[in-house]
Amino acid sequence: MSKKQNDGLSRRQFLRGSALTAAGTTILNSGLLAHAESPTSNAVGPGPVPITLRINGKDHDLSVEPRTTLADALRDTLHLTGTKVVCDRGACSACTVWIDGIPVNSCLTFVLDVGQREVTTIEGLGTPDHMHPVQAAFVEYDAAQCGYCTPGMVMSTAALLKSNPNPTLEDVQHAVSGNLCRCGTYPKVFAAALAAARKGA
Amino acid sequence: MPPANQQQQKKKQQIKEEPRAVTEKTQDQAAREKPGTRKESVYFGIPGTEPLTRIERTVPADEPPALPPNDQLKYIGNRVPRQDGRFKTTGAAKYPSDTHLPNMLYGKFLSSTVPHARVSSVDTSSAERHPGVKAVHVIENDLLSAQVLDKTKEVQSKYPVIRYSGQPIAAVAATSPQAAQEAVSLIKVQYEELPFVLGADEARRPDAPKVFPAPAAQAETAGGGGGSEKVPQSGNVRGPERKDAGDVAKGFAASDAMVEGEFRTQVQTHSALEPHGVVADWKPDMLTVSASTQSTMSVRDELATIFKLPKSKVRVLTEYMGGGFGAKFGAGNVGVVAVHLSKKAGAPVKLFSDRKEEHWTGGNRPDSQQHVKIGATRDGKLQAIQFTSYGTAGVGTGAGTAGPAHAMYKCDNLKTEEYDVFTNASPGTAFRAPGHPPGCFALEQAMDQLAEKLGMDPLVIRDLNDESPARREERRIGAEKFGWKQKFRRPNSDPGPIKRGVGVAQSVWYRIVNMDSGVEVRINRDGSVEALSAVQDIGGGIKTVIAQVVAEELGIQPRDVQVTIGDTVSPPGPPSGGSMTTTSITPAVRNAAYKAKQQLLAHVKAPLRGADPVSLSLKQLAARLPIEMVSATAQRSPEYGKREGMFLGGVQFVEVRVDTETGIVKVEHVVAVHDCGRPMNMLQLESQVNGGVLQGISYALYENRRLDRNTGIMVNPNLEQYKILGAKETPTIEVHIIEHYLARSSTDAGGIGEPATIPTAAAIANAFYNATGVRVRELPITPARVLAALGNLRQGATA
Ligand code: FES
Ligand code: FES
Repeated sequence: MSKKQNDGLSRRQFLRGSALTAAGTTILNSGLLAHAESPTSNAVGPGPVPITLRINGKDHDLSVEPRTTLADALRDTLHLTGTKVVCDRGACSACTVWIDGIPVNSCLTFVLDVGQREVTTIEGLGTPDHMHPVQAAFVEYDAAQCGYCTPGMVMSTAALLKSNPNPTLEDVQHAVSGNLCRCGTYPKVFAAALAAARKGA
Repeated sequence: MPPANQQQQKKKQQIKEEPRAVTEKTQDQAAREKPGTRKESVYFGIPGTEPLTRIERTVPADEPPALPPNDQLKYIGNRVPRQDGRFKTTGAAKYPSDTHLPNMLYGKFLSSTVPHARVSSVDTSSAERHPGVKAVHVIENDLLSAQVLDKTKEVQSKYPVIRYSGQPIAAVAATSPQAAQEAVSLIKVQYEELPFVLGADEARRPDAPKVFPAPAAQAETAGGGGGSEKVPQSGNVRGPERKDAGDVAKGFAASDAMVEGEFRTQVQTHSALEPHGVVADWKPDMLTVSASTQSTMSVRDELATIFKLPKSKVRVLTEYMGGGFGAKFGAGNVGVVAVHLSKKAGAPVKLFSDRKEEHWTGGNRPDSQQHVKIGATRDGKLQAIQFTSYGTAGVGTGAGTAGPAHAMYKCDNLKTEEYDVFTNASPGTAFRAPGHPPGCFALEQAMDQLAEKLGMDPLVIRDLNDESPARREERRIGAEKFGWKQKFRRPNSDPGPIKRGVGVAQSVWYRIVNMDSGVEVRINRDGSVEALSAVQDIGGGIKTVIAQVVAEELGIQPRDVQVTIGDTVSPPGPPSGGSMTTTSITPAVRNAAYKAKQQLLAHVKAPLRGADPVSLSLKQLAARLPIEMVSATAQRSPEYGKREGMFLGGVQFVEVRVDTETGIVKVEHVVAVHDCGRPMNMLQLESQVNGGVLQGISYALYENRRLDRNTGIMVNPNLEQYKILGAKETPTIEVHIIEHYLARSSTDAGGIGEPATIPTAAAIANAFYNATGVRVRELPITPARVLAALGNLRQGATA
C-alpha cells in the first residue's frame, strides 16, 4: 500500500497548482461579449466608422476601422497608453481593462463590440496623486519593477478585490494567473493584493 | 516580505576603530606621494561574521568622507519605496512605446523567411505605391550578426547575405500600423537559397554547410559580448578560448574521487514585455530618439557613428523602459532603420518589434553542451577542474559558459575551453549573466556529485573550496533559514509517487565599474534639489537609489530630490547591465551632491543642519544664495584599492516536489542569500532577487526556443507556447541580503541583477536529484524528460 503524502496535499491540488496557467481574463472576456447583443450586426467598414466610447466615465467620439481592437483604439487613437499591448493575442493580460466592471483582454476585443458598455482603464482607476488603494499597495510593497506589466496586474487585482474583498493567497494567484511579469514581481503582487484587501480596498 | 532584513539592518553593529592595513601616514605624506589624493579610513567587512574594521585607502582629495555603515544612515540601505511607483501603477509612466508625436508614422519590418540565401532582388515598387506609405528602406547591413573578417572572402551579393530566418531585409513607414503591415507584404524578395544548418551538433560536423565562408566575429556593440577576433575558426566552430592553470593531469592523478559528465542547456529568449523599438525624429538640427534601451549612451554613440553626426546632435530619451535583461544595448537594426525611415519621410517614425520578431530575432541566451570533469582528495579539496563548452549563439558569438569554473572555487589545476558554434539562427545577445546559468548548472551539479562520492554534505564541500567570505556567511545564514540540516535527506527518500527534495547552488559574478558614469546635482535658491543623468532605469530602481544618496548627503528626504534620468543631454550614465549600474553611478552621485553642498556652504558661509543642531536647513541656506543655483557634476572616480579579485555572489536553497507519475516538477520554496557590497535599498533588492530566482525557475523548467527544422522559423514565438513562469508557479521566496563592506568607493555599493539568477537552475537540478536519486543533465526539466529519466531508473532497478 502506498503511503499518503505526509503533508496532506492532495494530488489533484498539486496538479492544479502545477499546470502552467493561461490567461484567466481571456475566459471572462469571451463569455462577456459572446452573449451580448452586438450593436454592429450590420456590415460596416472596411473604412473608418464613427463610434462613441464611454471610457472612465466620459464619452469619446472617434472614428475607427472595424478591425481595430479596443487596445489599439485606447493607445493609438485616444493616447490612453497606460493599457499595454505585449502579446496581442490573449496570452499575457498586459492589456487588461474592465468592461462594465469585468476584466477583459482589450487586445482580443474589437472596439466595435464594446457598444454602450462602460470601459475602465488603468487611468480611470486612480491617478498619481489619487491612487486607488491597490495602486498604493503596489507602491508600498514594490510590486512594480520595470512596470510594463503593472497596469494589467493592477486591473486584475482590483477586479478581484471588488468581487472578493477577503481573498486568500490562492485567490490572488488565480486572479493574476493570466498576467505575465518578466521581472518577477509576483511575490510582491501577492503581498500588495492581500495588504490592500486587509485595508478594505 | 519578513521584517528580518530591517531587524538585521537596524541591529547595532560593533565597529572596531582599528585600521586593518595599518599605514601610519599623515595627510601630507599621502598628498606628497600622489598629488590630489588623501588617505581615508574606510569601512571593511561583513557585520555579523566579525567586528567591522576600517582600512586605509588612498582616495581623490575632493571625495566626501567615508560613508558610515548602513545602521548609521537614514535612507541608504533602507526600504525606500520607488520614486516612480505611483506613475508606473497608474499608467501615467510614458514608455518609449507609448510615444506619440504629431504626424508620427509607423514602421514595419520585412523579414527573411529562409535561413540562408543570397538575395538577388528586392522589389519595393508596389509598396511605394501604397497610399499610406511615406518611406521605404532596404537594409544595407545586419548590425547584429557576426561579420566575415576578411571582406574579400564574403559571399558576393548585392544585398546582405541572409544567414537566419527572420533577418530583416527592408522596412516601410506608413500612416498607420495597418498600412505599414499591408505595404511590407507588397515587397517582393528573390532568394537564391543556400544550404543551412540549425543545430549546434550538426554544425560541428566537418561536412556541415558553412554559415560563414571564412572566419567571422561579432562586434561588441551588438551586446553579445563580442570576443577576440584572434580566436581560431574551423568550419562553423570558433574557438577555443582557453584558460590554463597548473596541470590538470597531475590534479586528477592526485584525486581520490572524480566526477565527469555532460550537461546541456537550451536557447532562452529574453521576452522583455516591452519589445525592442524606438521613435526616431530626424530634424536638421537634432536627431531625437525615444528608445527602449538599457543604455541611452550606446544608442546615441552608435547612431552618431552610423549617421556621421556629432554626438551633440543626437539626443536619446528613455525615461522608462519595459525590461531588457541584456538584449537592449546599442541602436540595433530597429534603431538604425527607424532613423533612416524618419530621415527619408521627414516625419517621426515609430518602429517596434512585434512579439514574434522580439522572440525570434530580439536576442537570446545561447544553448550549451558542456563537459565537466572535477576531482578532489578524500578531504574534499578540489585538485582539478576541466571544462569544455560548445554552444551556439546562431550567427553571433559569446556562448562560452566557463565563467563559474574560473571564478567560483579555488583550484590550482584548471583547464577550460569554450567554443562558439555558428548556426543559421538569429544572433544571441547578452542575457542576464551571460554564460553563467548554464555554466553553473554543470559545475554545481558536478560539485554535488563529488560531495556525494566523498560522503560529504554539499555545504561542507563548498566551505572547503570556496574562498569567498561573503558566500561562507551566505551558506550559514541560508542553511539556518532554510532548515537545511532537517531537510537534506538521502536521495529518493520519499516512498510515494510525489517526492520532495532540496538542493543548493551558488553564484559568482564580477564587480564591474563603468567609468562613464556621471551626474549633475543642482540646488536651487528655493531649496529644491535636482539630480540629472543619462542613466536609464531597467526596473532595478536606480532613480530611487540616486534620490536616497542625494538625500543622505544633503540632509533632506528622498522624495524631495527630483531625479531626471534617461536623457543624453545630461551627464553620461552607465548601461543597465552586468550588475554595474549602482556600483558605477552611486559614488558619482554622492560626490556631486557633496560638491554641490560645499559650493552652497561656501556661498552662504554657514553650517548645514546635522553636524550642528542650531544650524540651518538646506532650504534656509539655499534662500541666502546670491545666485539662482549651485550645481556640481561628478564622474565616477576609480575604485579605491587594487582591482583584482572583486566578485559578487549568492547562495540559493530550493525545495522541489516531483510528481513521478506525471513528470511535473514544482518549486515550492526558495531561500536566496546574496551580497552586493553595501546594500542601497532593501525593498528594491528583494524585488530584483525575486526576479532573478523566478527567471531561473522559468529557465530550469519551462522555457525553450524551438526552430522549425525545415525553415529555421521559430515555431513558438508567442507567450503561450514559449512557456514562462506565471503566478501559479511562483514559490515562496525568502530573500536575505548581507552587508559586505569592501572599501571600494564613496558609496561602496554593488549590483545584484546577475548573481540573483545564476544559481537557481543548478539548485533545482540538485534538488531534483535529492528528490528522485536521478540526475537531470538537460534543461528545461520538462515532464517528458523527467519521465524518461525516471523510466531509465526503473528499468535499471528491475534489471
Ligand atoms: S493579452 Fe492582450 S496584449 Fe497580451
Ligand atoms: S515589472 Fe517588468 S514585466 Fe512586470
